[in-house]
Amino acid sequence: MKAAIRCRELRKTYAAKPPVEALRGLELEVREGECFGLLGPNGAGKTTTVEILEGLVEPSSGEVELLGTTWKEGERALRERIGVTLQETRFADKLRVDETLRLFASFYPRGRSVDELLAAVGLSEKRASWVVNLSGGQRQRLAVACALVGDPELLFLDEPTTGLDPQSRRQLWDIVRELRARGRTIVLTTHYMDEAEKLCDRVAIVDQGRIIAQGSPAELIRSLGGDHVVEFALEDPNQTAPETCLTLPSVRSARREGDALLLTVSEPHVAIPALLTLLAQSGAALARLTTRHASLEDVFVALTGRHLRDE
Amino acid sequence: MNERNPFWQLLLARMREFGREPEVLFWVFGFPILLAVGLGIAFRNKPAERVAVAVLISADSGALEKTLTECKDLDVSRVSEAEAAAQLRLGKVALVVVAGDPPEFRFDPTRPDSLYARQRVDDALQRAAGRADRFAPRETVVSEPGGRYIDFLIPGLLGMNIMSGGMWGVGYAIVDMRSRKLLKRLIATPMRRAHFLGALMTSRVLLVFAEMLLLLFFGWLVFDMVLQGSLAAVALLSTLGAFVFAGLGLLVGCRAKKVESVSGLMNLVMLPMFVFSGVFFSAERFPAAAQPFVQALPLTALNDALRAVILEGEGLSTQLSQIVILAAWGIVSFALAGRWFRWL
Repeated sequence: MKAAIRCRELRKTYAAKPPVEALRGLELEVREGECFGLLGPNGAGKTTTVEILEGLVEPSSGEVELLGTTWKEGERALRERIGVTLQETRFADKLRVDETLRLFASFYPRGRSVDELLAAVGLSEKRASWVVNLSGGQRQRLAVACALVGDPELLFLDEPTTGLDPQSRRQLWDIVRELRARGRTIVLTTHYMDEAEKLCDRVAIVDQGRIIAQGSPAELIRSLGGDHVVEFALEDPNQTAPETCLTLPSVRSARREGDALLLTVSEPHVAIPALLTLLAQSGAALARLTTRHASLEDVFVALTGRHLRDE
Repeated sequence: MNERNPFWQLLLARMREFGREPEVLFWVFGFPILLAVGLGIAFRNKPAERVAVAVLISADSGALEKTLTECKDLDVSRVSEAEAAAQLRLGKVALVVVAGDPPEFRFDPTRPDSLYARQRVDDALQRAAGRADRFAPRETVVSEPGGRYIDFLIPGLLGMNIMSGGMWGVGYAIVDMRSRKLLKRLIATPMRRAHFLGALMTSRVLLVFAEMLLLLFFGWLVFDMVLQGSLAAVALLSTLGAFVFAGLGLLVGCRAKKVESVSGLMNLVMLPMFVFSGVFFSAERFPAAAQPFVQALPLTALNDALRAVILEGEGLSTQLSQIVILAAWGIVSFALAGRWFRWL
């Protein structure tokens, strides 16, 4: 498959005291027609990365190739082929929804009609409302509609669902899936692991200005060695050390988190009876025990020892 | 016009945003009219005032008092020796007359009304004592539109409005859009930056035309003000002014990221011009040493040129020096703004 985006050795240092290294040699490749997610905690460099890709920020060094060309070669032509939502754009308060869309549509030589876009993002009934009277979710959908006016081949969504209620998030996910079905390439940033798992064909995990893992959500989770997580806590938390559990069959990794122990496990039906036997032998009483599928969050924690969202 | 024409859509958006903001409408259109009404009434030309004088009570003050009472523009009262000093000091009377041969005038020569009272009382007493006037001058009373305070004021208000409109309508508007990340969002589209700036300038020129027509019409309707020069010349000067102050607004707003910081900067730029540029009173009143500075301000140049055309019927050809000053400000502002401007 052809690459929609290719970038090599991206570095960005912001002048400050001391200088802020936002990107430290970031490499990635986005294929045509896929939905690609940049997943990482706040401040990891996701926004800097997309803004460099969008041609809004100049990298300190490194190469960016987009849709077979570069920003230096043909900025305007490239702008006509991409769509962008920024993190938190506040459109003019007292313009109507359809007026805002018509304004943005006028910048593109061709594109989708205002009616079609309003229907696509579910804002047909709000077409005559002033932007100031829209809810957070509606504003975000308007932002997406503004990114779609030129019917872009490549769409960037920077934290499209941050701060939205669950229903608005699902509405946005549907919009993204529909675009994906139309064969468009989508790059989105998020710090929600469930969003990345549900929407993205491939994910790059960004931390401290670098990509620390890349692949489909399933591949990344498989890299943990097991798809399942067994989490348990004892009445007396100090009775069992993580290392002891590593000797159990089918347990791939173990770590402590608060009062609980988390085991990554490939076959829960093998691991759990063995664990219970071990606990019974040492006379430890269980306070709780749960199992779940491993998530990208577990991948992130396994790689960095930290959580995606600072609690 | 075309729905897909970006310049037209940008201009339309700008005008809609403006028209939907009631406070902005008030400051642009209502406020100058209110100022004109208020100041026009406060400083209207009044009929000649009567002056209060007092006669010190004494045995032979009767005849003198009678003579003075016959003067139409004098308010005559009687005071005792004790009251005389106090009334003079408090300004209740402009002059105290003491009967005698010759009579005595008590007054403060630094007070204009006292000097006037002295002149009138002296005239009246001299005539009563037998002085004959050699002639009675022919008097022509002048109170034509053109020389009144309101005539002076209206072009000044127009100039002031062009200045603050340019600063707010461009400088503030740009920073507001930058703080909303709307500028960044716009340059992420294929929009041509020239279209954006062109629409912003055009919206300013259209609004300045509306303000100009409103103020001139209002002056004519309420104060019988007459436009001595040509409307086209006023329109051209207003357009030039709109561009100059749009350029200054652009320069002031070229980098600021917060509307608070640009508001302060705009006040810093505008305040000297409110004071020195002859909006409410003539800029000539400032000392000669300050004149090079005062005359170099763009608003002084604009106000002087507007007054020359509106009040004296001058053509643009006599206002070349003002036009050159304005153009220089415009060129420098746009050049610097172009160099320093940040979209992000």
